[in-house]
Amino acid sequence: METVLTTHFANEQYRHADTYLQFGGYEALRKALAGPRERIVDEVKKANLRGRGGAGFPAGVKWGFLPKDLSRPRVLVINADEGEPGTFKDRQIMGKAPHLLLEGIAIASYAMSIHLSYIYIRGEFIREARIVEEAVAEAYARGFFGKNILGSGFDLEVSVHRGAGAYICGEETSLINSLEGKRGWPRIKPPFPASVGAFGLPTIVNNVETIADVPWIVTHGGEKFAALGVEKNGGTRLIGVSGPVNRPGVYELPAGVLLREIIYTHAGGLKDGRQLKAVIPGGSSTPVLRPDEIDVTYDIESMAKIGTMAGSGGVIVIPEGTCMVRALHVLMNFYAHESCGQCTPCREGTGWLSKIVGRIENGQGREGDLELVLDVCDNMMGRTICPLADAAVMPAQSFLWKFRDEFEYHIKVQKCPFGNKF
Amino acid sequence: MSVAFSDAARSELERIRSRYPDREAAILPALHLAQREFGYVSDEAIVYLADLLGFAPARIEGVATFYTMYNRKPVGKYHVQICRNISCSLLGAEHLIEHVSKKLGVRPGETTPDGKFTLTAVECLGSCGTAPVMQVNDDYHESLTEEKIDALLDRLP
Ligand SMILES: Cc1cc2nc3c(=O)[nH]c(=O)nc-3n(C[C@H](O)[C@H](O)[C@H](O)COP(=O)(O)O)c2cc1C
Ligand code: FES
Repeated sequence: METVLTTHFANEQYRHADTYLQFGGYEALRKALAGPRERIVDEVKKANLRGRGGAGFPAGVKWGFLPKDLSRPRVLVINADEGEPGTFKDRQIMGKAPHLLLEGIAIASYAMSIHLSYIYIRGEFIREARIVEEAVAEAYARGFFGKNILGSGFDLEVSVHRGAGAYICGEETSLINSLEGKRGWPRIKPPFPASVGAFGLPTIVNNVETIADVPWIVTHGGEKFAALGVEKNGGTRLIGVSGPVNRPGVYELPAGVLLREIIYTHAGGLKDGRQLKAVIPGGSSTPVLRPDEIDVTYDIESMAKIGTMAGSGGVIVIPEGTCMVRALHVLMNFYAHESCGQCTPCREGTGWLSKIVGRIENGQGREGDLELVLDVCDNMMGRTICPLADAAVMPAQSFLWKFRDEFEYHIKVQKCPFGNKF
Repeated sequence: MSVAFSDAARSELERIRSRYPDREAAILPALHLAQREFGYVSDEAIVYLADLLGFAPARIEGVATFYTMYNRKPVGKYHVQICRNISCSLLGAEHLIEHVSKKLGVRPGETTPDGKFTLTAVECLGSCGTAPVMQVNDDYHESLTEEKIDALLDRLP
């Protein structure tokens, strides 16, 4: 199977520029710099490259939102916040192949006439931040960053900015505030970052994986990238499988792969012959699926058709024997902890969801609690500045819709039938 | 207690400041530096940074309290942070937290009386494929078992 990103992941040296160059690294940048900027944007559009950060927005289209007027400098910000539970792929790119990201940054910046770029890395990734910083220094030393890159006359400054522990900072406008030295409070849109973003300048925010795909697209052409995937979903995806499976980890697969194959073929199925109870298919915020729903291809549209999302590519496998109320409680605690507190429906709603689901799990559920949960959800969905509230509501609603009997049973017998632990 | 950056930290801060078009953007990196230099972000450190960067202390404090990684109180020599989110929970993180809690004699959020360990239960560390996971100071430890944790913690000087 053709791979775009993971080809040399097994090579420990690949994170160093010398080795990256031995395998043809930075040739795509040379090629890009030799041609017109528009051609790169065209290829990325043809590639059907969809954002890998969660929302799946077409990258080429997003790049087109920058104002035509070049008088104001613009900024490229790489989202390496990787905070969505179940997602652990960008860490792999940064740790094993940072130059793929850096070459992508140089090409994308050239394509968009950008001369300033930041890589926003979640604070906990101290090791990865060091590796990326070393790689940035190597790229400067070899003339891939800095002034007059490879003699093209194109200048680009790139630096690493570390987060400090806040899931919300993965949301792009919160991330921009955090980059600016503020609390990570999301901003009201419009204005969109493409017109007013970091430091008041037009800004494009893209996920690590999205940008790391760009060198391959330039080398092989957008059509070839598109052909790796399925309609509207070009290329491969890094899909992380976690939970009690035989081979958890990150797999690079075309979007046309079946969710069932991801779990049973690639990740080797469940451990110790356990049965599947549920799958959270694209990171913790995506609606849960039952075992009879996993014969679906992992592209954005097919997942949407069955009411869920491929999101950030984090497949969380839940085995039979797991208490779904407890699982939801863990998730609701997370969203309550991470709500930035700016919007009332989210600040209060996530707190209530965690409290109510918690009391159901602990045998103190009351009659009417399930209606109350759904009512709280209705008062959150779509009513806030950013989609963190929606991200909490989607698992809450879907767990309740699909595993309602389990919640009802907890309330009826006033205890957890699974015992109070995983 | 008065605090001040070493010369090395001061020049690092200058380098950092030069990367941004706006001086405010140095606040997060400066707080990281302060934590590295002073162990935690004390009230004195906030006032010191405010002075150094040219902002009101409240501005620095507002940022410091928003982010979980800035410790506003001293933490132990080893900050043991165990992930409690879903993928780690599915593989026994709750038992591990309880185990470490018993072993160290502290509850999550507390520091051992000798100041050696602080135990914290944290949210997803972005390493779910090698769950359960914990972070001790700068380092991740993955695919944990009780035995692995014991061996690791017992080895720490
Ligand atoms: C609460 C929340 C958290 C998010 N966390 C991340 C994240 O950790 N990494 C990421 O790339 N995108 C994250 N996003 C999506 C970003 O807002 C943005 O859509 C993305 O970075 C755009 O890049 P892409 O188009 O390349 O996917 C998050 C969104 C929300 C609402
Ligand atoms: S759930 Fe523990 S690292 Fe992601």
